[in-house]
Amino acid sequence: MNPTDLAIRAKEQAEQAMTLADRALAAAHAVQPLAEAAHPFLLLLTIFLLACFVGYYVVWSVTPALHSPLMAVTNAISSVIVVGAILVTGMAESPVARVFGFLAVILASVNIFGGFIVTRRMLAMFKRKG
Amino acid sequence: METISTLAYLIASVLFILALRGLSHPETSRQGNLFGMIGMAIAVVATLFHSGIDGGGFALIIAGIAIGGGIGTVLARRIQMTSLPQLVAFFHSLVGMAAVLVAAAAFYAPESFGIGTQGHIQPSSLVEMTLGLAIGAVTFSGSLIAFAKLDGRMSGAPILFRNQHWLNLGLGILLLVLAIAFISTGNALLFWLIALLSFGLGFLLIVPIGGADMPVVVSMLNSYSGWAAAGIGFTIGNLLLIVTGALVGASGAILSYIMCKGMNRSIINVLLGGFGTDPAAAAAGGGSAGPARPVKAGSAEDAAYIMKNAQKIIIVPGYGMAVAQAQQVVREMADLLKKEGAEVSYAIHPVAGRMPGHMNVLLAEANVPYDEVHELEEINPEFAEADVAYVIGANDVTNPAAKTDKSSAIYGMPILDVEKAKTVFFVKRGMASGYAGVENELFFRDNTMMLFGDAKKVTQQIVQSLQK
Repeated sequence: MNPTDLAIRAKEQAEQAMTLADRALAAAHAVQPLAEAAHPFLLLLTIFLLACFVGYYVVWSVTPALHSPLMAVTNAISSVIVVGAILVTGMAESPVARVFGFLAVILASVNIFGGFIVTRRMLAMFKRKG
Repeated sequence: METISTLAYLIASVLFILALRGLSHPETSRQGNLFGMIGMAIAVVATLFHSGIDGGGFALIIAGIAIGGGIGTVLARRIQMTSLPQLVAFFHSLVGMAAVLVAAAAFYAPESFGIGTQGHIQPSSLVEMTLGLAIGAVTFSGSLIAFAKLDGRMSGAPILFRNQHWLNLGLGILLLVLAIAFISTGNALLFWLIALLSFGLGFLLIVPIGGADMPVVVSMLNSYSGWAAAGIGFTIGNLLLIVTGALVGASGAILSYIMCKGMNRSIINVLLGGFGTDPAAAAAGGGSAGPARPVKAGSAEDAAYIMKNAQKIIIVPGYGMAVAQAQQVVREMADLLKKEGAEVSYAIHPVAGRMPGHMNVLLAEANVPYDEVHELEEINPEFAEADVAYVIGANDVTNPAAKTDKSSAIYGMPILDVEKAKTVFFVKRGMASGYAGVENELFFRDNTMMLFGDAKKVTQQIVQSLQK
């Protein structure tokens, strides 16, 4: 085979490869919105369900004597909703949204400080004999 | 930056799990609480470093944290331990309201969370937003009612009216219709209608539930506050919120289950409310209809004399002890009896008081060592060996009718076997029946002595007699 033929064959192959690559790219583009829409949600749902199981087993191991502190501390940590409030207060374009965010920061902070402090107060009282 | 904040959220999630894990024992619990605080600090600081936050916003955030933190600190430091249930209910309402506000903020500024632009939010995000909003709003108004009932700002008696449950069902269906309409249109008016309706529903769901069922209600609202947080977590795509919401939701659900089991009632039965208000059941259980049966009433001196000679004494505290603030003087009595050589322990029913573990906290406050305080299953076999059971402000949880009388409203409820003790003292204001409206058979037994009066005063008198 002479070098010219070889070059032509190579060129044909390369063109075919390019077409295939183009098609693959187009396909990927078509799939992308779907993947973006579905995948993160499924990921979050997985995390959510696993966390439910972790919560289930961890909470059953809590001693009944400490059920009041449990309630107070879960109250405090559920106020981690403050991260959403912080983001919106700091970066929202809409002033209305910032006001809502600001109020949410206040309420959640009442809970965070109040919840942890009252839990600490309660736990400090539980003492052993003697 | 994105990676660092995700990592910080992951660490915070693990610390929160460890905070709950620590509560498996009093000794590890204090460290657990510290883990929780550190986790929260990490989460907040990592969020504050987000590149999109501008200067004005930053100042606003710090101001908000300072205001809220100040209020929270003062509240938590000043609260009396007997008022703990209402404080917790109040805190739940704040989580609910925060969820509503964040949902509203996300609705008006979806670009902050990358879920679309105003008026064009992804439908999946609208679904999650609706869930967070509705659950948050129900948590808010429901918890406010629970707070008002626990704090005595409104009567603890169930509020019942005709077709109540049908009204709630109708409103529930209407809520569903509004939610579907909102998700398909993204209309602002519908958003606020859903909020309003959910507020109303939360209110209506809790008013028919009576005071002594509050342990279940508070636990359930605890659970709701978790699910609301998780709903918001899905809306704004935040891993930490989702994990925490799931933990809290599961925790509240388990506590509700334990409380219901402690009363042998289904959660549906509790939620439908009106327990203990059925006049027919009260009459059938003896009630006030029958002729007065004789009871043995004793004086504090009699009780002191018998207890002085007792070897083994079990104290059974109930809500009455909390109301009378008698925990301190009960401990004093126990100390004196221990000096006389008696063995003193405490028996706690799962639903004693107004929130799970309420009695344990009160006894701990009065410096009662936690290893003297026992749960129902642990201590029940010991009543047979006890010389004295000192029941202070507890009634339904000691009623043997729960074991024998199939027609009783409390049949099947696990009870403390105080009847097996040689002598039973009941400290009570009068002969009124307990929350369930069932008369306690134990009052009429030969080995029972009623000590009529305020729990604190009676116990004080016993202390004085013991000191003589």
